[in-house]
Formats: sequence, structure tokens, C-alpha cells
Amino acid sequence: MKKSLFISIFTILVSVSLFTGCGKSDKEEPVKELLGAGATFPYPLYSKMFDEYNKSKQIKINYQSIGSGGGIQQLTSKTVDFGASDAFLSDEQISKFPAPVVHIPTCLGAVVITYNLEGNPTLKFTPDIISDIYMGKIKNWNDEKITKLNPDVKLPSKEINVVHRSDGSGTTFVFSTYLTRVSDEWKKSVGAGTSINWPVGLGGKGNEGVSGLVNQTPGSIGYVELIYALQNKLPMGTLQNKSGNFIVPSLKSTNAAANSTIPDDTRISLTNSDAADGYPIVSFTWILLYKEQKYDNRSEAKAKAVVNLIWWMTHEGQQYNEALSYATLTPEAVKKVETNLKSITYDGKPILQ
Amino acid sequence: MQADSLAIDNSAVYSGVKAVSEVKNIKKFRIYDFFFKKTIGLFAILFVILLLGIFITLLLRSIPSIQAFGLSYYTTTTWNPVENQFGSLPFLTGTIVTSFIALIITIPFSLSISLFLGEYFRKGFFSNFLRNAVELMGGIPSVIYGFWGLFFLVPIMRSFEEKMGMPPLGIGIFTTSLLLFIMIIPYSASLGREVITMVPQNLKEGALALGATKFELIKSVIVPYARSGIFAGILLALGRALGETMAVTMVIGNKNALPTSLFGPANTMASVIANEFTEAVGDVYLSSLVQIALLLFVVTTVISIIGKQIINRFGKV
Amino acid sequence: MKSNIKIRKFKNALFKTLIFTFAILSCVPLVLILYNIVQEGISSLNINFLLNLPKPVGETGGGISNALVGTLILIIISSVISIPLGVGIGVYLNENTKSKLSYYVRLSADILMGTPSVVIGMIGYLWVVKQLNTFSALSGGIALSIMMLPVIISSTEETLKLLPYSLKESSFALGIPYYATVLKVVLPAGLNGIITGVMLGVARIAGETAPLLFTAFGSPFMNFNILKPVSSLPQQVFIYATSPYKEWHALAWGAAFVLIAFVLTLNILAKTLSRRWKVQF
Repeated sequence: MKKSLFISIFTILVSVSLFTGCGKSDKEEPVKELLGAGATFPYPLYSKMFDEYNKSKQIKINYQSIGSGGGIQQLTSKTVDFGASDAFLSDEQISKFPAPVVHIPTCLGAVVITYNLEGNPTLKFTPDIISDIYMGKIKNWNDEKITKLNPDVKLPSKEINVVHRSDGSGTTFVFSTYLTRVSDEWKKSVGAGTSINWPVGLGGKGNEGVSGLVNQTPGSIGYVELIYALQNKLPMGTLQNKSGNFIVPSLKSTNAAANSTIPDDTRISLTNSDAADGYPIVSFTWILLYKEQKYDNRSEAKAKAVVNLIWWMTHEGQQYNEALSYATLTPEAVKKVETNLKSITYDGKPILQ
Repeated sequence: MQADSLAIDNSAVYSGVKAVSEVKNIKKFRIYDFFFKKTIGLFAILFVILLLGIFITLLLRSIPSIQAFGLSYYTTTTWNPVENQFGSLPFLTGTIVTSFIALIITIPFSLSISLFLGEYFRKGFFSNFLRNAVELMGGIPSVIYGFWGLFFLVPIMRSFEEKMGMPPLGIGIFTTSLLLFIMIIPYSASLGREVITMVPQNLKEGALALGATKFELIKSVIVPYARSGIFAGILLALGRALGETMAVTMVIGNKNALPTSLFGPANTMASVIANEFTEAVGDVYLSSLVQIALLLFVVTTVISIIGKQIINRFGKV
Repeated sequence: MKSNIKIRKFKNALFKTLIFTFAILSCVPLVLILYNIVQEGISSLNINFLLNLPKPVGETGGGISNALVGTLILIIISSVISIPLGVGIGVYLNENTKSKLSYYVRLSADILMGTPSVVIGMIGYLWVVKQLNTFSALSGGIALSIMMLPVIISSTEETLKLLPYSLKESSFALGIPYYATVLKVVLPAGLNGIITGVMLGVARIAGETAPLLFTAFGSPFMNFNILKPVSSLPQQVFIYATSPYKEWHALAWGAAFVLIAFVLTLNILAKTLSRRWKVQF
């Protein structure tokens, strides 16, 4: 008796779940859910955007912040509707994709140098100091290079605990690209990428992991997106830019750095820009999706839903950027976004008219 | 008279019909039985195929990486996804060092528990309490151990390291080994306890009759006798430690390079798979990770087989 | 002679003290863990916590309702697959103790028990996620069922071994066919032991995170569709615990409390059930 009761309960539950699962060909029903994965850099912004989108359009966007590398990989395997990355694809990576991919920038963010020292002093850094710290050449907080630059701060004689990303990260890409531009030695010995061979330091998973580690480990230094430092009330370093000025990372200095011309496919690195008041480590972050949306058994409704979502994110959704200290897209950038979005097709026909 | 003969005829017909239907039933049952036996036999075969399938999948998916690096995969220390150069030595080292340190620390503790439960207090309140406590420890999920380790052990290690003048990371090899040792106690302890209770009574009585103290009894009779079983328990605990993922990845520091100090960060095989699998772009990267999984699988399989052999042989003695 | 005895007695007492100390010390981590989790987790526990969905970063009031449902769904999928298969194989092992296939089945079960969960998660990704081209609760459930199978197989076999043969004999004597004997006589007799095995299996998989990282994937929403990603309790603990936000840490403690309460209750129930049942025979 007990056994048949169990069996009947199981069967009912299984059939219910299979039944709800049998909306596989969503040609008939409207799209209720989209799946995306990737960068942790914009995650605070995206989670706010998707929450608002859900409230107004009743479409759930399931976004997992597993790192830009994860976003690129899952898009390659076509297990997600869109990927997110602050590292734009290189020509070689593009050639490895099974079909052409479109880059849509959604916002600008800044990568800040954050650290854990008693009293939370605001420190000045030059590009040389940063690259030397991350190469392991400067090992101590009271190294004379740092003390000379910050004479009124009492720096302890502690070892610097370097923290970097342990996962494939667009933030790492932005940071390491910056370092290759300011240090020939870094360019030669380490290079740039989403996951590089770090000379020193320990790894945290995601922007969350790095800020968590810096927050909890005295004497540590790390690189994170601006909002993570702000939300965790971590001090940020003032960094000297190409023009020689020491810039405080903020929404304003991020906006100031975004003054260069953007190519049509929007793949550009904004680090070490010429802008006099611009913060030197600034970057777009992109949503990646396939240009031709009819693959596997994707329905037209799904393709429309994704494109509409990204249109919303780059237009109405921009109202949420500044509150979280992400810069909004410039009108020029939005124009390029629109051109790129209009090029996305379903079965050869453009989705947006 | 006529009614009687009619009655006899009816009953004959009736029993004839009944006999035929019984034959039919037996046939039906025979078919059911046949299918039933074949089905559970099929399940059994499927299960073995499942295991073989796991092995073959891991092997096939590792081929790109094996072709690219060959044996040097196990001796190189570079883990560079940008250049597609992979060497697994850092993870092998991290895994072996953390597991073995954990094992060494565990041995006195699990041996004590085994002896406590198997010899000193076989029954009673203390026995029940300790036995239940150890079993509960075995049931705590790995992620909870990791979480507790991150918020409780790591700050303690940090203040310890600060006092000793070392960089106060808190996370690293030693913390991981500590956490691992706590996690594997139940595995070696329960097996050890079982074999210690199996030591024949007459052997023990003989020793006691000759005037041995409890300690000498344990030292010269029980431990030598139960030696192989205790060893099997330690082996199984090692197998668990090697494959531990969540707790390790939360406290080890995730540094994909050879560890430079006992209190420094490192990485283990299971931990790097968990960290990087969803983002492994490209055939070589993915298959390098699969190759690590293959190695883990082979090593834990060998350990399980050896452990089970020892236990079986012990049971037969 | 006298001093020799004294030395021996001393060594004996010393050893006893050492053993007792180590044994008691081993309980300390368990007590600490439970104490910490209860102390920190209890403050997060309220009805909202259990009924709400997670909120975006920085907003208060998030909950674990989707993780609870997700874990439940995963347990159901895993049980549906592994209970019939596991019990069937356990019956097979009991009926054919000495066959070659039984030897390999037992060997496979031992190997699978010792296989790291992250390897099985990888298999779940390669076998299911890649074929369906989506992360899903189904793939997570399948991976978990691979881990649950050995537990059910060995506990079913152990249970059935303890049943007296006279049970089957009397059933056969009454003319009941083999399949009906097993399904309607033997299994119900051993039901307690089988249920114990199921509970232990569920307790084992309820706390697993690693295999779900690449199969069920996680989701901030409530989801009943098994072909879509789903959140789970241990994964939420992991995400909240490794985040840098204090509010999320508090949620992690609460989620850990619920998880550990669930797992430990199952373990304790299974043990009491098996103890009661074992007395009967």
C-alpha cells in the first residue's frame, strides 16, 4: 500500500514536471525566460536592470555571473541565449566561434585599485608602481617608491598581499591590457588576457571574490570594478593617467575617459586614453550574441525577446547606470549599438525594423 | 439417477475449465517472471555500463590534451589559458600535499575514536554519543564545512600568521589541510572501529590472562590483528580527501602555481575543475580539465578497489 | 619487578588518557560548527526568508524560496531515477549473489561511491547539458542520481540479505510466482531498510554543490520546469558565502542552517528507523 502510494505520487510529480517542461517548441507560447551568463563586472547593474525588466515586462532573465570567460564559452556551446564579457573577442577568438557574433556595449565601468590598510588612507599610484607590485618587484607597503609618492601617509612595513582573479575574467583583460600599455616589461613577460599567468598573488572568484578577499585580508591589494569598492566601502587608489594627472576613480572621470572614437563593431579598449581628466582604466562591457539567431531550434519569438531586451538595456535601461556608478553610453555609442542590433537576423530577415 | 449423472458431468466440465485456466495463469506468470528477471538483470548490466561509460567519456574527451602535451602534462607547472599551455603539476602537488597532511593529522584522532568505540566503550552512553557524533560529522555537506572554515578557521589562522610574522592570508594549504582532516575523520574512524570489534575474543583473553595491561593488549594484539582494516580505513579517507571540492575551493587561495609555503595559497585538482570548467574555451583547455578529472577518477578508483580488497580479505580471516 | 609493573601501569593510564583526549577533541569541530551555524543562522530565519526570492545585490529582504524548491525538484528527479534502478539492482544482487555480473556490479558500486562529485558533475555536463544545449534541473538530477545509486544498491542488498529465506519459501509454496514474491512479499518486508537507504541517499545528495555547478547552473527565479536551470540550497550557500556583501553573508548562515537541519534530521531519522527495524528480526 505504502509502495503504491509512493509510486503514484512520483508519477504525478514527474508527469507534472515533464508537462511543464514540454514547452520545448516555444513557437506557440510567448517567451517568459531568457538565459545569460558571463561577466561579474556589470553584475550589480545587470541584476538591477533584469529585476526592473521583469517587473515591467514579466520576462525573467536568469543571469549567472560566472566570469567573462564563462560567458564566452557558454555562448560558443550555445547553452545560453547571450553571453556577457568585458573582454571583446579577438580576431582569433571570433574565428573559433561557429557563427558570427555581435558585440553590444551596455555601459562603461572603471577598474579601480583597492586595498586593505589601517585607517583606509587614499593612496596615489603611478602605472609603474602598479605593474611592479603585480610583477612582485615591489614587495612591501613601505617601499620607497610608494612612500615618496605618498609622504603624508604612514605606510606599514608589511608585505603586500596581491589578489587577482582565479577565473577567466574580463576585468582581468581590462586591467592587464592597461598594464601592457603602460609597462613594456609587463607586455613582454606577462601579456594581456582574460586568464593570465600571474607572477604573484592569490586568486578570488569573480569581482565578488576579489573584493571579499581584500576586505578580509589586511595588507592586501586587488583590482575590482568601481561599484564593488564603493559597496564594500573599500578605499580606492588615485591613479596617474597618460597626461600625468592623478585621477580619482568616479563616474565623472569614467565619463571623461570615453572620448575616443568607437569602431563600428564597438570592439575597442578605452584604457590609458588621452583624455586629460579621464581615469586610465576604463572599459566598455559587452553583451555577445549570434548575428543569425536561427540556430538549433530557437524560435523567432526567442530571438525577438533577446533583441528587445538588449534594445531596452541600451535605451530605457540606461537610467539605472549612474546610481550604481556605471557610466551611460554616449549618443555616438548608442548609434553604433542600434546599427549592430538592427543587423541581427532570424532566418536572414532582420529582427528589428 | 439422471440428476446425479448430470451433476457429475457438470463438475467434470467445471474442473476441466478450471484446469485450462490454471495452465493459462501459469503461462502468464512464467512470462511475467521472465521479464522481471530479465529487467533487473538489465538494470545490473546498465549499471556496469554506466561506470564504463564514465571512464570512456573521460578518456575520449582528454584526447586533445593528451595529444597536445603528452606526458609533460604531469610535469609542467605552467597553467596558461591565453597561450593554451597547460601543465597540471601545481594541482597534483596541491592535492597530494593537502591530502597527506590531513591524513597524518587524522591518524591519531581516528585511531583514538576506533579504539575508544571498539575497545574501551563498546556500549553505553559515551559510546552512543561518540558514535552518533562521528556519524553526524560524516553527514555534514562539504559546502558547509567550507563556509564554516572560511568564517571561523580562516580568521584564526590569520591572527596566528600575523603573530608569527607571516603574511596574514588565513587561507592556504595549512588551513585546507586542517579542514580536510576534520572532514575525513568519520571515514577512517568507522572502518577502524568495525575491524577492532572483530578481533577474536579468545586472542584478547589469552593476552589478558598472561597479565597484559589494556595498553599492551592494544599494542601487541589488537592493532597488529586489525592492522589491515585500519589501513583500509585510512586509504578510504585518503580517497575522500583527494576528491573534496567545495570546502577546498573556498579556503585554498586558488593560485594556479606551485605552492611556495605551507601557509601560502595553492590549488587542487578538484578545485581547479570547479573553478574553470564553465569557462574553458577551446578544445585544449576543456580537455586539459577533463584529463585532470580522468586522473582523479583513476586514482580514487584504484584506492576504492584496494581498500575493498583489504576489507574482503580481512573479513575472510 | 615491582617498578616494572608500575611503569607498565603508568603507560597504560597515559595511553588511556591520550585516547580519551583525542576522541573527545574530535567532537569539538562538530559542536563548534553546529553552534556557529545555529547562532548566526537563527537570526536570518523568518517567514520571509523562506518564502521570498533572492533580491538584487544591495537590497534587503532576499530569501531562499527558489533554492528550497530547486533542491526539492532535484531530489525528486534523482529519486525517480535511482530508486527503481537501485532497488532492482539490489534485488538482483541478492538473488544472484555469486554470479560474475554481481561481482562487477558490486565493484562498480564501490568505485562510484568513492568517485569525487565534481567528476560526476562533469559527466552530467558532457552527457546531458551538451546534448540538450541547455543547463537544466534534469541534468542536475541525473548527475545526483548517479551519486545516489550506489547508496540505494548497497542498502537494499544489505536489507534483503537479512531477511530469512523462509519468507520466500512460504510464498513459493503458496504458488505465488517469482515476480509477485519479490514485489509483494520480500520488498514490503524489507521496506524499512530500503527507506532507510533512500533517506541516507537523499541526505547525501541534498548537500552536494560541485556537480550542480555545471548542470543545474542556478537561477534567481522560482522554476518548476525541469528543462531549465534551477537553484539549489547548497549552491546558494556557496554564492552567498563567497560574496563580499554582509547582507548576503547573513543569508548564507540562514541557508546553511536550513540545509544542515534537513540533512542531519534525515540522518537521525534513518538511524532510528533502522535501529527499530533491525530489532524485529
